[in-house]
Amino acid sequence: MSEQSQGGSLIIFATFLVGLVLSQIPLPGIMIWARPEWVALVLIYWVMVLPHRVGLGSAFMMGVLLDLIRGSVMGLNALSLLIITYLVLLLYKRIRMFPLWQQSMMIMVLVGINQLLFFWMQGITGTSATGLIFLLPSLISAILWPWVYVILHGVRRTFRIE
Amino acid sequence: MYLSLLITPLQWLVDLPSRGADRLSDLFVDRATLIRDNEHLRSEALELHRKSQLMAALLEENRQLRDLLNATERLEADVMAAELIGVNPDPFLHEIILNRGFEDGLYIGQPVIDAGGIMGQVLSLAHYTSRVMLITDARTAVPVEVVRNGFRSIALGKGALGELELSHVPDTADIQEGDMLVTSGLGGRFPRGYPVAVVSEVIRDPGRPFTLVKATPAARLDRSRQLLLVDYRNSGPENRITRERQTPVESVTTEEPVESVDE
Repeated sequence: MSEQSQGGSLIIFATFLVGLVLSQIPLPGIMIWARPEWVALVLIYWVMVLPHRVGLGSAFMMGVLLDLIRGSVMGLNALSLLIITYLVLLLYKRIRMFPLWQQSMMIMVLVGINQLLFFWMQGITGTSATGLIFLLPSLISAILWPWVYVILHGVRRTFRIE
Repeated sequence: MYLSLLITPLQWLVDLPSRGADRLSDLFVDRATLIRDNEHLRSEALELHRKSQLMAALLEENRQLRDLLNATERLEADVMAAELIGVNPDPFLHEIILNRGFEDGLYIGQPVIDAGGIMGQVLSLAHYTSRVMLITDARTAVPVEVVRNGFRSIALGKGALGELELSHVPDTADIQEGDMLVTSGLGGRFPRGYPVAVVSEVIRDPGRPFTLVKATPAARLDRSRQLLLVDYRNSGPENRITRERQTPVESVTTEEPVESVDE
């Protein structure tokens, strides 16, 4: 039993790694504004379906890694991911019952909160954001959510992660 | 510092596909293209040889003239080649990641150039990678001068790729479209004389206190993969000042009282 849960953790970690890699792949020109928040999406999925295994600790770890990748002030991403994880932990029972399109709406709000917090805090440290274009990733993330959900659901079924 | 070591393999991993694609296109290149490339490179090498011969003569002449003027010699800076392995995913920060870190002897603030001109400066170091802030980043500024007449100004990054803005240019300044801006070396960060940008637009609006001057960076900020790191520590202005102080200070101090007596 313990062996299986160990394997499960590895798989979960692997999905996070894929998210981290996807979130630093260089995109051409204007596309850079439309990059979905892969790590947040993966995190929301795992917190939603396995709140007893993936929670604030994982959110903090992934946030610190994202901070390192983006070169932002240490802890900005960690804080914004912690806050949306907390919200998901409050709401997961409800979100699970939603149909996919309604989940997408929730994702848009959650990732939007993540973006707002991150760019506000980054504005405090020096680089201020102009316009509301930094909210575009939340829309893209919401559109991609059904596919992310189906793929991660498949992964979870295949490896029987409980 | 040690935490960034965690990220390094991830950054290599992200760069892997494009590296692989490069390797693959090297494999499948045909003979005709290679011959054409070779010819092109040969003629370019010939041209550069010719220029470097001229350069040697000019250098010697320059040295003699500087001797005549009693000026200190300008030092050649050491350079190191580096390769771009990543771009910061955050669209508000114009940063790139290089495959050299402090294990290779880099230091913070080191100037980075490409074939076109100044790219930026090293912002932070990890063991095997470093983060470079491009000159278009909103947090950075480069002291520049116009090649044509030596007019000095400061080129500010605006956070938009392919655009710089000169700050506080008076309406009477002699600056026009197409002027080449090079580093003036005044800030002590960038060595003197490297191309920075070409003036693309000059707007003299009577309603504004200053002339608005826009410029396009000379370096290919979003395309260059092969970069050079210039070691400017030993030839920086602080060192030059200390070297100057060692000898000609007495002559200066003796001259001053004489002048005041005359007045």
